[in-house]
Amino acid sequence: MTSISRPRVLPGFSLTLGYTVLYLSLIVLVPLAALFIKAAGLGWSEFWQAATSPRVLASYRLTFGTALAAAVINSIFGFIVAWTLVRYQFPGRKLLDAIVDLPFALPTAVSGIALTAVYSQNGWLGQYLEPLGVKVAFTPLGIIVAMTFIGLPFVVRTVQPALEDLEREAEEAAASLGASRWQTILWVIAPSVVPALLTGFALSLARGIGEYGSVVFISGNMPMRTEITSLLIISKLEQYDYAGAAAVAVMMLLVSFAMLLLINLIQRYAARRYQGVL
Amino acid sequence: MPAAAVHSAPQNVPSARVQAATEDSPIVRWSLIAISVSFMALFVLIPLAAIFAEGLRKGWDTYLASFTDSHCLAAVRLTLLVTVIAVPLNLVFGLAASWAIAKFDFRGKSLLVTLIDLPFAVSPVVSGFIYMLVFGIQGWFGSWLADHGIQVMFAVPGIVLATIFVTFPFVAREVIPLMQEQGSEEEQAAITLGASGWQTFFRITLPNVKWAVLYGVILSNARAMGEFGAVSVVSGHIRGRTNTLPLHVEVLYNEYNFVAAFAVASLLALLALVTLGLKTLVESKLHSH
Repeated sequence: MTSISRPRVLPGFSLTLGYTVLYLSLIVLVPLAALFIKAAGLGWSEFWQAATSPRVLASYRLTFGTALAAAVINSIFGFIVAWTLVRYQFPGRKLLDAIVDLPFALPTAVSGIALTAVYSQNGWLGQYLEPLGVKVAFTPLGIIVAMTFIGLPFVVRTVQPALEDLEREAEEAAASLGASRWQTILWVIAPSVVPALLTGFALSLARGIGEYGSVVFISGNMPMRTEITSLLIISKLEQYDYAGAAAVAVMMLLVSFAMLLLINLIQRYAARRYQGVL
Repeated sequence: MPAAAVHSAPQNVPSARVQAATEDSPIVRWSLIAISVSFMALFVLIPLAAIFAEGLRKGWDTYLASFTDSHCLAAVRLTLLVTVIAVPLNLVFGLAASWAIAKFDFRGKSLLVTLIDLPFAVSPVVSGFIYMLVFGIQGWFGSWLADHGIQVMFAVPGIVLATIFVTFPFVAREVIPLMQEQGSEEEQAAITLGASGWQTFFRITLPNVKWAVLYGVILSNARAMGEFGAVSVVSGHIRGRTNTLPLHVEVLYNEYNFVAAFAVASLLALLALVTLGLKTLVESKLHSH
C-alpha cells in the first residue's frame, strides 16, 4: 500500500495488466457475454417461457432442494468433523484430515460411479438399505448423497481455521466465571464460528446447485422427477435448442452470482464484527 | 491419549486426571470422534475403496487389460495433451495477473480480482456451453470457422478451451494474496541497483512465491485431468479422438463395461491421491515460509 504516493519504479505494469485483461476477456468475459446475448435474443416472454416451463421448474425445485439438504447435512457433520480434527487427538486423525479433501481432488465422474456402486440396490451399502425400504440410487436421496460428498470439504475447510483461531483463554475465562460447558459453547464458541459455518454452508450449496458429474450417474435422470438443472441444459443442447438452454443457463448463472455475493457479504460482515475483537 | 492429558493439566492442578474447563468429557469426545469417522467412512472412504474393488473384481489380468485398449490409450494421450496446454497457459496468466495486481495500484482492481474468480461460480455444464455459443455451428464464429476448415467444437481446441476456463483462477488466486503480503520493497531495491525487470522477476519475485505457484499448478493439474461436465459438453464423445479419461470412464460405464470403467476410474483416483499427497507437502512448505 506504500506505492500509491510513490512514482512507479517497477516495470511491466502495462504489459502484465494488458495481458491479464486480454486473456480474461477472451477466455471468460466474451464467452459469458455470448450466453447473455443468446438468451436476450429470445425476447422477454419467450425467455420467461423457456426458463419457467414445468419441466424446468421441476428441475429447479429438485436441484435447489437437494443442494439445500446436502448443505444442511454438511454444515452439521462438517462442523463435527472440523471440531474433532482441531480439538481431539486420536489414532488416524492425520489420515482423516487428509481425506477430507478427496471429494475436491477426485474427478467428479469417478465420484459419481463410485457412489452409485456403493449405494445402488445391490451395492456395498445399498443392499442393506434396500430391505429397510430406503432406496438411494436413482432417487432424490441419491442426489443428496452425491451433493453431500462433493460439498463436504467446503464446510470442513472453512470451519477448521476458525476453530483453530479460537482462543482457549476465552473459554477458560467463561468457565472460571461460572459458565457451564454448554453456555460456553453457545455464547463464546458459536458466535466466532458462525460466520465461517455460514460461508461453508453457502459454498456447499453453490457447489451442489452447479454440480453435474457426480450427480448424473446416481440420479437416474428421469424428467420431472430426478433430472437436475445441469442435465436439463445438456438434454436441451442435444435437441439443438440452444436458446432454451441459454435461458436456463442464465437463470443458473444468476443464482451462482447471487450466492457469490452472499458469501462476500457474510465474510465482510464477519470481518467488520470481529475487527475490534481480534 | 497422551496429548489430551497434557492439555488437561494446568500447573496448579494436582492430578492429570482432572478435566479442564475447556475440555469435553470422554463420552462426548469419543462419540464425536465416532460420528466423524463413520460419516467420513460412509461418504468418502467406502466409495474410494469401491473404485479399486470393482476394478479388480475380475482379477489383475482383466484390470490391466483395460489400460492396453487402444481407446483408453488415446484417452490418456488426449488428457495429457490438454493438460500440458491448459496448465502452462493459466500459469503464465496467473503470474502476469499477480504482478499487475500485487505490485501496482490502479482503478478497478477489486473488480478485476472478482472477475478472475468468476469461473469458479459457473457450473461446469454452463462453462462448456458458452464456448458452443462462440465457436459452435450456430455460434458467432461458427460459419467462418467452418468455411476455413477449422474445427473447435467437438475437437481438441474446444476441450482445451473448456479446460482452461475451469482451471482459470487456480494459480492467480494462490499467488495474488501472497505477493500482496510480501509487498514490493525487494523488487524496488533490485531495480534501483540496476537489475532488469525480468531479472527481478525471475531472481526475486518468483523464488518468493514458488510454493504458492506450485500449489496452484497442482490444483490446476488435478482439475484439468479430471474435468468432466465442461469437457463433456464440448467433446462430442468421439471414441479414440475426443474422449478424455473421465469421458472414457463414462462411455465404458454406460456400456455396462463396469470392470473397465472402474479400472480406468482407479487410475484417476490414484491421481487424486497423489494430488492430495503433494498438496499436503506443499501446504506445509507454504506455512513454514
